[in-house]
Amino acid sequence: MKSLAILGRREFLKDAVTIGSGLVLSVAIPPAIRPSLADSAAFHAFAPNAFIRIDPEGMVTLMMPMAEMGQGVHTALAMLLAEELEVSLEQVKLEQAPSDDSLYANPILHVQSTGASTSIRAFWTPLRQAGAVARRLLLTAAASRWGVAPDSCLAKRGVVIHISSSRQLRYGELVHAAAVLPVPPLESVPLKHPSQFTLVGTSARRLDTPDKVVGRAQFGIDMKLPQMAIAAVAISPAFGGRLKSLNEEAALAVRGVRQMVRLVNAVAAVADDTWAAKKALAAAAIEWDDGPNGQVSSEQIIRQLEEASAHPGAVARHDGDPERAMMSAVRVVEAVYQLPFLAHAAMEPMNCTVHMHKDSCDIWVGTQVPTLTQVQVAELTGLPKSAVRVHNQYLGGGFGRRLEPDGNLLAARIAQHVDGPVKVIWSREEDIQHDMYRPCYLDRISAALDARGIPVAWKHRLCGSSVYSRYHPNLIKNGVDPDAVAGAAQPPYDLPNIHVEFVRVEPPGIPTSLWRGVGPTHNTFVVESFIDELAHTVKRDPVEYRKSLLIHNPRALGVLMLAAKKADWGRTLPERWGRGVALQFAYGSFAAQVVEAQVGVDGRVRVHRIVCAIDCGMVVNPDTIAAQMEGGALFGLTAALYGEITLKKGRVMESNFNDYRPMRMNEAPIVETHIVQSSEPPGGVGEVATATVSPAVANAVFAATGKRIRRLPIKALDLSR
Amino acid sequence: MNLTINVNSTAHDIDVEADMPLLWVLRDVLGMTGTKFGCGAALCGACTVHLDGIAIRSCVMPVGNIADRAITTIEAIGSTPQGRAVQRAWLELEVVQCGYCQSGQIMAAAALLAKRPLPDDQDIDAAMSGNVCRCGTYQRIRSAIHHAAGLGRR
Repeated sequence: MKSLAILGRREFLKDAVTIGSGLVLSVAIPPAIRPSLADSAAFHAFAPNAFIRIDPEGMVTLMMPMAEMGQGVHTALAMLLAEELEVSLEQVKLEQAPSDDSLYANPILHVQSTGASTSIRAFWTPLRQAGAVARRLLLTAAASRWGVAPDSCLAKRGVVIHISSSRQLRYGELVHAAAVLPVPPLESVPLKHPSQFTLVGTSARRLDTPDKVVGRAQFGIDMKLPQMAIAAVAISPAFGGRLKSLNEEAALAVRGVRQMVRLVNAVAAVADDTWAAKKALAAAAIEWDDGPNGQVSSEQIIRQLEEASAHPGAVARHDGDPERAMMSAVRVVEAVYQLPFLAHAAMEPMNCTVHMHKDSCDIWVGTQVPTLTQVQVAELTGLPKSAVRVHNQYLGGGFGRRLEPDGNLLAARIAQHVDGPVKVIWSREEDIQHDMYRPCYLDRISAALDARGIPVAWKHRLCGSSVYSRYHPNLIKNGVDPDAVAGAAQPPYDLPNIHVEFVRVEPPGIPTSLWRGVGPTHNTFVVESFIDELAHTVKRDPVEYRKSLLIHNPRALGVLMLAAKKADWGRTLPERWGRGVALQFAYGSFAAQVVEAQVGVDGRVRVHRIVCAIDCGMVVNPDTIAAQMEGGALFGLTAALYGEITLKKGRVMESNFNDYRPMRMNEAPIVETHIVQSSEPPGGVGEVATATVSPAVANAVFAATGKRIRRLPIKALDLSR
Repeated sequence: MNLTINVNSTAHDIDVEADMPLLWVLRDVLGMTGTKFGCGAALCGACTVHLDGIAIRSCVMPVGNIADRAITTIEAIGSTPQGRAVQRAWLELEVVQCGYCQSGQIMAAAALLAKRPLPDDQDIDAAMSGNVCRCGTYQRIRSAIHHAAGLGRR
């Protein structure tokens, strides 16, 4: 398929192209999708991106632009294509698309990036159009062979049928004829009305599962190449530190070690196997110069945030006259919230396999950003971008960690010193101590209430790192990071006088990045905890209070009332049990959640049940949505209860699953998902429940104990009787 | 040192240090990558295999301690009745998300069912809480174990 990737856009626009014996239909896709509401990722233009290859056997190959990290996107995107192409899912084979932004960019993110819950929104129209155009060409080819009008034929399950004569031709029999037909303009090929869908909207079986239950699925870490070396890596424990010394002789004495690679801030032991590489690192007795951040601590970073929060920030939203409304208020409520650094801790530790050749480079890795990897390795090596080939594999969890190419770049630096392919594997300790962390935040929020208890003014000052200033600098407008304020600038409620501002505070040396749920994991916690505080302040029921602020937001109201009903909101619970609710609009979806929690006399929080209601517009695969709500909720709940990365002497104190604690089977609640039937455009689902669960559980803890959680993780507060 | 180990009913002659964990023997020496590395410290269960039918963490099991005990991995667990039932249940209930931990989950579940053909929720908690899943598939794993137990009775 490399030959496809190098074809220019114009060539694609002109014709369908035959390669080998198969038909290649390529489709230039117009900018058809616009996230319906204020989403942070701005929307510019489309590049042509959807490829179908149909061979003479009738097998359809979808060049898959997105990465599969558990979210089910390979199946869902194949469903979109198969629906319009009129083939069964069994007839679709997936091939990971090569790294090429000009062909396979995510139309919302503009690079070949799988993240921000965008894949379905981004490819909802292009992949259906790709399928519809292909179907039209096959149908036209069949009609012309029979000498009948195309509209007297229909396509079904990979076969074109002439309706009146019942003559049939399989797609495979039509590929040669279809290949020479001109591609019709996209607007001339109508898409199915959703009421005609037979596959989209069903809980079709996932395509990746059969290989994953027998150990056959190939993750990045599973790469095997002839003569491949395996490298273990140690990075300076203090961020920004440098290598001082190592005992290379002792390291090389370990059996199976091939060489030691010294980098400015890291050492790699290159060996025949992982065990030898690990032993060599241990034997090397590496010493580090801690560098400028060697005294950084969590306390210092929190102090820095507190100081910064005394000053105004960049204005993310200003409506009405909140200052004046504050003055006329009956009551003002204020609170300070604080959130910790979080690691991703995907089950597959960071790894990357690189083979540096003389004038090119091959990279095998499971990544959310193949083209960003390509660009950075091209810069590092001086190779042209096209000479850097990224072969994407299954990801053993992404959660935003694999939106960063840092590990791939490190592997490339190591590979520059190695003759032949080398697989670089991080230990779990390196994975946690050299993550790029969800920033810690400090928020000051206040509201003025009128005599009825309604917030007539709302002021929210967020302080923390701006990930987009590094990651998407072109999206920073007037000092406002749209991701940092996502969920805070546009709460779902009627708030006529609102002021939201962002104070950028970068923790010294600590790398920050995107984490499942991004901005809303922070802001939904603050906004939804605070709304709950307001409801309790004026002694109103949290659901009823929210309802009264949603007069102009029917979809938000819909999910709120659905979650409340399904969760038996209002039904009495035992002592020290409580229900908490949270509501959110993010990633193009409306979601509400009710958490039922029990707080033991020892202060331990046990969540029994989580009820999710989601309105994500039109649904591609309901079971995948349920799975994402289940998984997203547990990911967020784990963080809300236990998650905290702490720093001392410039280094991360946590190191493995003993002290960066994952939720386990015996602690896991039941998660129920209720999906609103909707004809609205699709929204994202991968991160929704992660963001809503932290305020919902904090509000449940309040309902159970009367203690308000203003700092995460919840374990930090003494909740014992 | 030279050792012979019995993996999935096949004898393999290997020449490795006796302290090398079985995990790396499987993955790096024998090229069997279905068994996963997650933590290296018996904290997550991704590396679970069976030794004479008992679930163990291969990341902390020195290969020199194994002797002639039978090693079974995810690649062959489908040839046992419990393994087959578990894999089928995993498919029918669509348990898997990223799938990285699932080799270990399936091995742990198959060992549980071999010992307790009809486990209750407490048995499942006891047998499965050492296996971490960051995608959050626990409730489906629980349902699938009950489902697999039912398949075994039919």
